[in-house]
Amino acid sequence: MTQNNVRKVAINTNINGQEMDILVDPYVSLLETLREVVGMTGTKEGCNDGNCGACTVNIDGRIVDSCLVLGVEAEGKNIETVEGMATPEGLHPLQQAFLEEAALQCGICTPGFLVSAKALLDNEPKPSEDRIRHWLAGNLCRCTGYDKIVKAVKKASD
Amino acid sequence: MVSKSKKSDYKVIGTRPIRHDGYDKVTGRAQYGADIKLPGMIYGAVLRSPHAHAKIKKIDISVAEKMKGVFAVMTAKDLPRLSDKQRGNSEESGSEKHLSENVMAMDKVLYKGHVVAAISAKDVNTAREAVKKIVVDYEVLKPVINVDQAMKKGAPILHEDFVGDHLGKKVKNTNVATFNKYTTGNTDEGFRKAHLIIEKEVELQTVHQGYIEPHNGTAIWDEDDRVKIWTSTQGSFANRDSVSKVLNLDVSRVKVTPLEIGGGFGGKIPVYLEPIAAVLSKKSRRPVQLVMSRTDVFDASGPAPGGKVIVKIGVDKDGKMLAGYADIRLEAGGYPEAFIEAAAKCVFSCYDIPAMEIEAYDVLVNKPSSAPYRAPGSPQVAFATETVVDEICRKLNMDLIDFRLLNVAEKGTRTALGPKYRKIGLKQVLEAAKKSDHWQSNLEKNPKSGKLRGRGIASGYWFNIGEKSAVNLSLNMDGTVILTEGSTDIGGSRASIAMQAAEVLGVKAESVRPSVVDTDSIGHTDVTGGSRTTYATGYAAYKAAHMLIDEITNKAAKIWDLSEDEIIYSDGVISSKTDSELRMTLREFADKNPFGPVVSSASVDLEEAAGGFGTHIVDLEIDPETGKTDVIRYTVLQDVGKAIHPAYVEGQLQGGATQGIGWALNEEYFMSDQGTMLNSSYLDYRMPIALDLPMIETILVEVPSEDHPFGVRGVGETPICPPVPAISNAVNDAIGSRILSTPIKASKILNKLKSM
Repeated sequence: MTQNNVRKVAINTNINGQEMDILVDPYVSLLETLREVVGMTGTKEGCNDGNCGACTVNIDGRIVDSCLVLGVEAEGKNIETVEGMATPEGLHPLQQAFLEEAALQCGICTPGFLVSAKALLDNEPKPSEDRIRHWLAGNLCRCTGYDKIVKAVKKASD
Repeated sequence: MVSKSKKSDYKVIGTRPIRHDGYDKVTGRAQYGADIKLPGMIYGAVLRSPHAHAKIKKIDISVAEKMKGVFAVMTAKDLPRLSDKQRGNSEESGSEKHLSENVMAMDKVLYKGHVVAAISAKDVNTAREAVKKIVVDYEVLKPVINVDQAMKKGAPILHEDFVGDHLGKKVKNTNVATFNKYTTGNTDEGFRKAHLIIEKEVELQTVHQGYIEPHNGTAIWDEDDRVKIWTSTQGSFANRDSVSKVLNLDVSRVKVTPLEIGGGFGGKIPVYLEPIAAVLSKKSRRPVQLVMSRTDVFDASGPAPGGKVIVKIGVDKDGKMLAGYADIRLEAGGYPEAFIEAAAKCVFSCYDIPAMEIEAYDVLVNKPSSAPYRAPGSPQVAFATETVVDEICRKLNMDLIDFRLLNVAEKGTRTALGPKYRKIGLKQVLEAAKKSDHWQSNLEKNPKSGKLRGRGIASGYWFNIGEKSAVNLSLNMDGTVILTEGSTDIGGSRASIAMQAAEVLGVKAESVRPSVVDTDSIGHTDVTGGSRTTYATGYAAYKAAHMLIDEITNKAAKIWDLSEDEIIYSDGVISSKTDSELRMTLREFADKNPFGPVVSSASVDLEEAAGGFGTHIVDLEIDPETGKTDVIRYTVLQDVGKAIHPAYVEGQLQGGATQGIGWALNEEYFMSDQGTMLNSSYLDYRMPIALDLPMIETILVEVPSEDHPFGVRGVGETPICPPVPAISNAVNDAIGSRILSTPIKASKILNKLKSM
């Protein structure tokens, strides 16, 4: 795609509870917007074509691969990323469970898993192993074999 | 479970503390390769060859370099021409010339995706647009994409100027970079005396390590000719060495700052983008960052070799192995090194065989230059050997574990390449497998669903390495300890290294704060690879901790005006042997010590490393309508020496097994005749997802290594070796026929079922 004569678009959006005005090129993804414009690099790029889930964010209650959404589509939306999960009071129970259960090795997929798992627990507070695996099927992890991730989500739901 | 050291012997080792770097990694704060932003930074993109084999006749950059927003254009003319000099360390081999040419092609492209030029520009989209304006005139050549094509008489030759080594003879005009032969004992006699001889040939397609974080490189080339690199690499020193070679600079001119790494499995040992970022930085006078796309990662970063392996084993009528023969042909890709020596070390490693002959070929093909992938060479040969072993058991009607125990390799067993084993634990692993709940359970072979079920078992081995590591310790005034080291933490090694220092010092794991620092800040440390990190860097931490205690004792003696041998240091408390009134905690000592900073520094260079053996048991279920295979139960047993942080040891076993399951059932480079990978996305290169798998059961067998003070053995690589044959054997158990080529995908199973 070309950038010649394309003007940036002013966007009003809410990221992790904070309303903000940002300027984005109309051709960049929400992933690139978060990482390069907003400066939040917790959301990761693994494939940039919607297959790995490392860039998973929550938009108005739905989890999406932010590489498949344009930055301009953030207009008027509530976006939650991994950076919004912990509070001044401490970690989200999922984050705590991931640490206690050793559910990460390299950690690059972890932000995406946490955002997906949080959406699961928001929708189904007591998921079975099968439901956990179903909800996390869009997130690739190459290190853990998923075993400890599934256990951590289970633990956080108890 | 077999550990000599009782659990109570250790206070820190064997516990499961939260890893020190964990908080940054669950909050999104940890900085991976693409997360670093430097002031004034611009972005690069590379132009890659669309052909798998071609001569570069001309590169025209005239349009690209004039584009708005472009800072600099680079071709291989901007790199020094390097010699054929071999680089000789354990993780990286091959010539300097090949190292450079794999970064950017000079005269010839040897695989689709080979880099031919690069551009830096104000942003990444401009850079990507600009590289499309570079015009390359190629003379397209016929590619060779597998070992049969490459070794055929009259095959197109990848390197016209390359001299192969065939049993010590120099050979020109060949795609066989190396042909080696390893013999021990008299195999002719062994096979002649054999009651039963089984021979199998297996074929494997190229697979990729599949780490989620793409390769990246960020560099500044400053006016003092100092090159600073930020990257995610398995070894900052190996990276520094490679970058300095490609740029023809002294190593001291290059500083590598390792960022967090999003997986590697061996694939992040080679350099790809870092030298390019450096040259673009020099030309642009700005920091430059490059990041690969996922397709680039598949097309042009090092996968694991595919190839063919033949194994033949002869046994007497009681099942005792008499002789083994192996023919190993692995694809190196565009440049030599397919880990054939490692494959030769591993092929008969699980067994005590009096006579062995191994022929191994390192074969150049028009695919990306292969890189290590978790126990490089071993899964490929395990597939052949463990298939033969399974077949022998079926022919002799012997129990699959009893047969392995009858022939098991033990301490003192002579290995194929010469040395005898030191203390190893395969026997204990097999005995534990026999007693395991999984092996004892009955598998309902014909469930009502009409699906076909089978059980498979296989063993595997990785020798592990030791090599060089350095650790610095410094006592804080609050009694905690700062630990700095140079080992990339790819899966919890900050914790496993800090825990070893904490054990010696008698403090909590949390009281030792580990940091992985840059190449200017720590002694040479070899790569996180070869399953060496917890073993060797942990050993350095052990040594440094003892030296720190010496420092503490020395200064405490001065404080109390005693001699050093009157001081006792135990569990973080310093006391006097003679005066029970004299007692202070480490914290009290640190606070009041007037005799200068308390620091220590230790290094190791370990020649010996204790090998690791594992045995996997798998139950699977095949849908005869579709050929789809589901793994329904999986158990990993492994001799882990001593598990420092058992949760991360289990994680290695589970992760390695899962990669092996993917290798067995789904993963492959699906190549066109022209040498193009047709499935270079995660959608089509199908790695296991959460929904594909059951829980992976682990049984840690602990036979302490003789070479490490805590008995540590490397654990990371062994678990990828058994899955392919275990699954293949289980498929045979389910359908009554063997499929001896990976991946054992639905279409192959369906075809097999139809033909039966």
